[in-house]
Parts: sequence; C-alpha cells; structure tokens
Amino acid sequence: MADSSWIPYLLCLIPLLPLAAAGVTALARPSRRRQASILTIATLSVAFVLALVLFVQVVGAGGGEAEAVFRRSFNFTWFEFGASSLRLGLLLDPLNAGMLVMVSFVGLLICIYSVGYMKEDANFARFFGFLALFSFAMLGLLVANSLLLLFICWELVGLASYLLIGFWYQKPAAVAASRKAFITTRIGDLGLFLGMIWLYSESGTMLFYDGGAGLLEASSLTHLTTTFTIGGMALSTATALLIFCGAAGKSGQFPLHVWLPDAMEGPTPVSALIHAATMVAAGVFLVARAFPLFAASADPDVVSTALQVVTWVGAITAVFAACIAVAQTDIKRILAFSTISQLGYMMLALGLGGISAGIFHLIAHAFFKALLFLGAGSVIHGCHDVQDIRRMGGLRRFMPLTFATYAVGMMALSGFPFLFSGFWSKEEILHLAHVWPVSSLPFYLALFGAFLTAFYMTRQMAYVFFGSYRGSHSPHESPGVMTVPLMLLATGAVLLSLIATPAWSWFHHFIEGGQTHFEMAAIFEGWGLMLLSIVLVGSGVGIGWWLYGRQVLTVDGPDALEQKVPRLYQALAQRLYVDEFYEATVIRLQRMLACLAEILERRVWAGAVMLVAAAFRAVSRLSRNIDRSFFNGGFDQGCSSLRGSGGRVARWQNGDIQTYLGWIGSGVVLLLIFFAWL
Amino acid sequence: MNSLSEIIAFLLISSLTLGAAIAAVGLRNIVHCGLSLAVFFVGVAGLYLLLGAEFIGFIQLLVYVGAVAVLIMFVILLTRPEDEAAKLPGLRWRQLPGVLIAAGVFLVIYLAIMRSPSLLRDVPEPAALSIQAVGEALVSGHLLALMAIGVLLTAALIGAALFAMEGEDGK
Amino acid sequence: MISLPIFLILSAILFSLGLFAVLSRHSMILLLIGVELMLASANLNFIAFWRFGPHPEAMTGALFVLFSIAVAAAEAAVGLSLILLIYRHLRSTNPKDVNSLHG
Repeated sequence: MADSSWIPYLLCLIPLLPLAAAGVTALARPSRRRQASILTIATLSVAFVLALVLFVQVVGAGGGEAEAVFRRSFNFTWFEFGASSLRLGLLLDPLNAGMLVMVSFVGLLICIYSVGYMKEDANFARFFGFLALFSFAMLGLLVANSLLLLFICWELVGLASYLLIGFWYQKPAAVAASRKAFITTRIGDLGLFLGMIWLYSESGTMLFYDGGAGLLEASSLTHLTTTFTIGGMALSTATALLIFCGAAGKSGQFPLHVWLPDAMEGPTPVSALIHAATMVAAGVFLVARAFPLFAASADPDVVSTALQVVTWVGAITAVFAACIAVAQTDIKRILAFSTISQLGYMMLALGLGGISAGIFHLIAHAFFKALLFLGAGSVIHGCHDVQDIRRMGGLRRFMPLTFATYAVGMMALSGFPFLFSGFWSKEEILHLAHVWPVSSLPFYLALFGAFLTAFYMTRQMAYVFFGSYRGSHSPHESPGVMTVPLMLLATGAVLLSLIATPAWSWFHHFIEGGQTHFEMAAIFEGWGLMLLSIVLVGSGVGIGWWLYGRQVLTVDGPDALEQKVPRLYQALAQRLYVDEFYEATVIRLQRMLACLAEILERRVWAGAVMLVAAAFRAVSRLSRNIDRSFFNGGFDQGCSSLRGSGGRVARWQNGDIQTYLGWIGSGVVLLLIFFAWL
Repeated sequence: MNSLSEIIAFLLISSLTLGAAIAAVGLRNIVHCGLSLAVFFVGVAGLYLLLGAEFIGFIQLLVYVGAVAVLIMFVILLTRPEDEAAKLPGLRWRQLPGVLIAAGVFLVIYLAIMRSPSLLRDVPEPAALSIQAVGEALVSGHLLALMAIGVLLTAALIGAALFAMEGEDGK
Repeated sequence: MISLPIFLILSAILFSLGLFAVLSRHSMILLLIGVELMLASANLNFIAFWRFGPHPEAMTGALFVLFSIAVAAAEAAVGLSLILLIYRHLRSTNPKDVNSLHG
C-alpha cells in the first residue's frame, strides 16, 4: 500500500476549511459582503480540489485490486470513561470520494451563482456564512466513519437548513416553513438517535469500519442478525429501520415529506443546494453507508426485511410525489415534488440492492436538479420575483440561455434516451426492480412514475417557456454570474451519463468493486426494458404537449387537466391533503399535549412552587412572630423585670437610717442564733 | 450572801433606772424624755456604786449627767418645732418591726446568759478601786489608750466646733 | 441573790430598750438617747463582769468603762452638732426626712 498518512489530514481539512470561513464571517461585521463571499468560495474551491485529489487517490488505488474496494479508515479516541472509550473516525472509500467531489463542486457553483442572485439582499454576508456552515456539516457527514460523528454533522445540516430556509425571517411563511422542516426532520432524527444508541449498546462501538470490530463488519453483523428483539425482528432489522426513520425524514420520504415543498420559501440557491443536491441526499447516503446493516439477514437468499421496507417506501414516495407535482402551479413547488419523487427512486434503488445505481442517480440528480433550480431562480429573477407559472410564458424568447440549460435539465430528469444521465440511471433502477424476487409492484410503480415525470416536466416547460407571456413586467436574461454555473451544470449532466452506461459500467465497479471493461455491445443488454421506458417517456411528453403545448394558456383559466378530471386535479393540487391530515391528528394531539403541559406547568408545578414559597413565607412569618413575641418579648420582659426588680430592690434603700438599722439588728440576731446554737 | 439592805438598795436603784429608761424611750414629750435620761444616768451611777466602782460612778455623774444630758437638753430645746404642743406620735404599727427586733435581741442575750458556763464560777472577793491604782494603771499599762483618747477628744472638739461654725456661716 | 446574771439581764433589758428607741422613734434626738442607753448598758455589763469575774485586781473592766465614757461623750457631742446642722437645713428632726440618699 502506498503511504496514506496524508489522507486523514485531507479528510479533516475538507470540512474544516468552510467551517473556518463560516467562523470568520460570523465574527466579522455584517457589512463585509465581498469578503464573506470570497472567503466561502475560496474555501469551497480548495475543498473541491482536495476532494479531487482524494478521488484520484481512490481511483488509482482501487484499480490495482481485483475484487476489494479501497477503504481507509482513520480512527482515534475522543475521550475515555472508565474502561470503555468513545472513538471517532474518518473514512475514505469510493462511496464518499465521489460524493465529496459532487458536493463540493455543486456547492461551489451555487455559491458563485448566489453572488449574483443575492446581490441586492442586505444580509449577503450572513447568507454566505450559513452556506459555509452548511458545507462544513455536509462534508463532515460524508467523511465520518463513526455513526456518532455522522449524527453530529446530520444535526448540524438540519440546523443549517433551518437557518437558510428561514433566511428571510421577516416573512412569516418562511419562519413557519423553517420550523416545520426542523420539526419534521427531528421526528425522523429521533429514530436515528434511538437506532444509534441501540447499536452502541449492542455492539459497543459506533465506528463503521474498525479493522474488523466496526459496526458494518462481519462479526458485528453476525451478532446483530442472530439476536432477536421485540416483534420477533432481528436486531439488525430493528436498528436498520430506526436508522431509516432518520433517512426518511431528511430525504423527504412519505410520510415525512411535508416539509420539503414548504422549504421553497427560502432563497432559490438554498433550494438548489440543500433541497435538491446535497442535504436531502444525506438520507440516501446514510442508507448507502449503512447498507451492510440493511442487507444483513440470517438467510442470505432472502431479501432482508429492512431492505423490503426501504423499497416499498421509496416506490410509494416516487409515485405519490409525482402525482402531486402534476397539479402544482408554483415553479419551485413543482421542482420540490419532483425532488421528493426522485428521492423515492433513489431509496427504491438502494432497497433493491443497487448501491451504485442509487448513488449514481443521486449524483446525476444533484447535477440536473441543481441546474433546474438555478434555472428556476434565473426565471424568477428575470420575471421580477414572480413564481406562479401561470403568470409566465414564452420566456424562451426573453431568456434563451436559461431556456437552453433548463431544457437540458428537463430532459435529463425525464430520462430522455441515451445522451442524458437521467436515462441511464433510471434504466438501471428499472432493471433492478424488474428482477426483484419479492414483488413486481415496485416495478410498475416506477414505470408509472417515469411516465408522470415526463408529463409534469413537459407541462412546466409549456407553461413557462412556450406560448405567450402572460405576466406584467418585461422579463430579462440573468447576468453571467448566474448563467455560467447553469452551463457548467448542464455540461456535467450530460457528461456524467458516460460513466454509467452498461457499456462502460465504470461507476458500478468503482462503488462495488471488480474489474471494469468497455464493451459497446453491452449497451443493448436488456433492450426490452429500454424500449419500454423510451415509450413511456415519449408518451408522457406527447400527452403533456397535447394538453398544454398546443393550446393558448391563460392566467386565470382552468388548467387543461383540471377540465378533464376536476376532482382528482383539486385533490392533487391540495397535495392529497397530507398536511391537512397531519394538522387534524398530529398537530391537534401536539396542541392538546401543549395545553396539558401548560396547565401542568401553570397550575401543578407553579402551584407546587407557590405552595413551597407560601410555606416558606409562613415559616418565616412564624419564626418572625416567635422571634418577636418569644425571644424579643421574652428578652424585653426579662430586661424590664430585671429593671423592675432592680427598682424595687433599690427602693429598699429609702434613705431612712432607722430602716437600715433595723435590718442590721435583725441580721445581728440571726447571726447570733446561727453561730451560737447552729 | 447579800444583806437585806443591799437587796433593797439594789431593787430601788434598778427600778429607778429601768423606769427612767422606759420613760426616756417611751414618753411623747421630748423634753420629758431628755429629763428622764438624766435620771437614768443617775440611776446607772447608783448601780456603779452598788457594784463597788465608786470612781467610775462619780465619773459617770460628772460626764454623763453633767455634760451629756445637759447637751442633749440644749439640743432638744434648740430644735423644738414652732408649735410646742406638738407631740411625738405614740406607738404605731409601723414600729412593730423595731419592737420585734429589740425583743429578739433581748431574747438572744438572755438565752446566752442563761446557758453561759461563766455563771457557775466562784465569786471572788471584791477588790478596791482606788484612784491611785487607776491613775497608775492608766499611765503605765494603758498609756497608748490614754493618748488615743486624748486625740479622739481633740478631734471631736474640733469637729463639733467646725460644724457649729459652718452652720453659722449660713451653709 | 444579787449576782452576775441579775446585772446582765438588767443590762440586756436596757440594751433592748435602747435598740427599740433607735429603730422606731421619730426623732433624731431620741435616736441619740437610745444610743446612750445602749452604751450605758454596755458599761454596766463591763462593771458587773469586773466585780463578779476573775481577777478584779486587774481593773480591766473599770478602765475600759473609763474610756467608753469618754468616747460616748465625744460621740454625743459630735452627733448633737450634726443634729443641729440637719435641723437648720431641714427644719425637722424626723430621721425619715433625711432620705436624700435613697435608691
């Protein structure tokens, strides 16, 4: 092995550089706009370069071995308590090498884009500080070898998301959205935390790879699969499901998806970075990272329960969100539901056992969804902050660059054949779903979802870029600082496709090990499936165009689909009433609990405290009274009686000598008697 | 063994003395008290004569009756209140403690006398008290006492004169 | 019959009388009279003991009485001049009026 002692330093440095930028920005004066943005962009560029170095290292080292995957872990002891100690670690393997490159690259582009987008905002520096904080947390999450370290960064990512969604805190909608995001992901994080603690108590370690003693290594997995817990579940299933709770919350799986559409209240770069490319991908990354745990089962021929759950949840989410996206009218909300749907696809891929498929879809999705969001931002910017697609139209004439890049993104997302990465990634997922031994339903759901994706994206394109302009202002193209990142992302979306075709499944072997070889003919393996998906995409685009592209669209007129199936359309537009359902049940319950807690607090606890205070007061009053009457009074009484008796005694000295003589005489008599006879 | 005349003389003189004492203490007119005091002193002198201390008896008459009683009479007359008819108050209940104490003292002394062993001793022959013997004893054996008495008398004289003088200065 | 106890009892009676006068009579002069009575009774005691006690040739009792008489005279003189002074000041001979040293 080559000397790898410099790897952990790079692994440390990659997240810590943006943290330094965040710290400096936080401490500096808010008016230092240029400094904040330059610092953040600089540190992210350096992080990107370092990530490339590591990536090259992994690629180079992995090629030498036949089957093994390059994996280096660097563990250290954080603190010791008694006999046991808490260890943390950093990890470098193909999974996170690729993710590091993607996250730092996309993050860098979005930062550059934000320089233009947020130019007029007064809190420019604060925005970049938060972006730097987020980058630190996300990169830290990727390099973590310890579940604890991952969890810490996980929470930090959630915090950064909260800060960035509510960035325009004067808007009550933004504040509510950020709170909703935080609380919803928190519910998921609770499951993750429980799973983490349970794993620690069962196996005594939280490191993933620790030279044989880690969580994801053979000895620990055997122990987990053979121990059984409540409900007859194996321990590995139970903890994997708990971890999946956290992933589901962060990645917006049904039913914890409700925060993602509302998170669009934040600035568009935030939506692009966090809610398309990176943070929501953290959940998928976690499942991929913990895949050995998910896949472990006592019987190697049976698909583990955990993976089955993941598959079903992913499939349901994919279709569910795609349905709702069909009826939305806000340009960003359509993209938000699209994101949820694609995340469902990623989870589906992982559940079916295709780690590389899921991760490749994640990386590809990052590129084209970020592209779409930034394009939407450009559209919004150009239309003077209008977000309703019914008020747009014909923008391809006003913003050609944006249109072109947006079209690339749309085609990648829909899965236009051959040239676009989305096609190949979806292909692999469909292939895996087709051969799943448990059930074929996910396969049909995935097919339906693909159809819907093409349909709603075509609808969006028709509304926004085609037809005539229905808005009130005159739109304009965005400045270069915003369009250049768009072009870069578009290029990436196309080029990525090259590394994941069946002809040269480089990415697959990169993630999962093994030799790669270039074989052109292999492209047409599974051609039946390919044909099917092409047909679906074509029909989706065709129906979309037929409904929306041909006719003149109006601002206030009913949607074409709405005319056909009004009640279904209404239900979809209302997001299938999931939020209302939560409002009626969970929120109501929470409000009742809050009322109960308030009553408890105000009446019972405060009452108890008041009682104690009143008791104290009573005791003190009692003591004061005792003091006054008993001690003081007694003392005063004693003094006055002393004085009185003194006075009385003094009165004996009345100045009368005869009295004195009388006393003397009687004293003499008594003394005489005493001495003489006693 | 005392002869009858001695007994009668004793009884007479002692009853005179006792009566004069009671009168001096109990009478309401203070002038009468002073006069009866003089009589009392005479009685005491008589008792001294009975006991064979003639010299002392004459000294008693000289000093007490001649000087002290006269002095007391002077002061009584000098300090009489304006209304001469005012009498001293008689026996009051307030005087009971004094009576009791006096009675107690008498009782104690009486008991002491009665139980004393000195009463059982033999009575020796009476001795003569000649002036010469007294003078010799004074100058030789009791010279110091004599000098002291002289100093005391001088001091008393000076003191009394001082008081009298101060009083005349109006202080 | 006439022996020591008779004289002693007599002098005891005289002493008590004098004590009573000192304690309970309402004139300072009477106080002095009482004191003189007591002194006289004491002198009588001495003479009686000289006559009936051992060693009458030592004349101790008689000599003592001599001094006692002298002292009594001196004391009577001083006391009477004091009474005169008090009378000039307070216009009264009641010992109860001389009570400015009361408590």
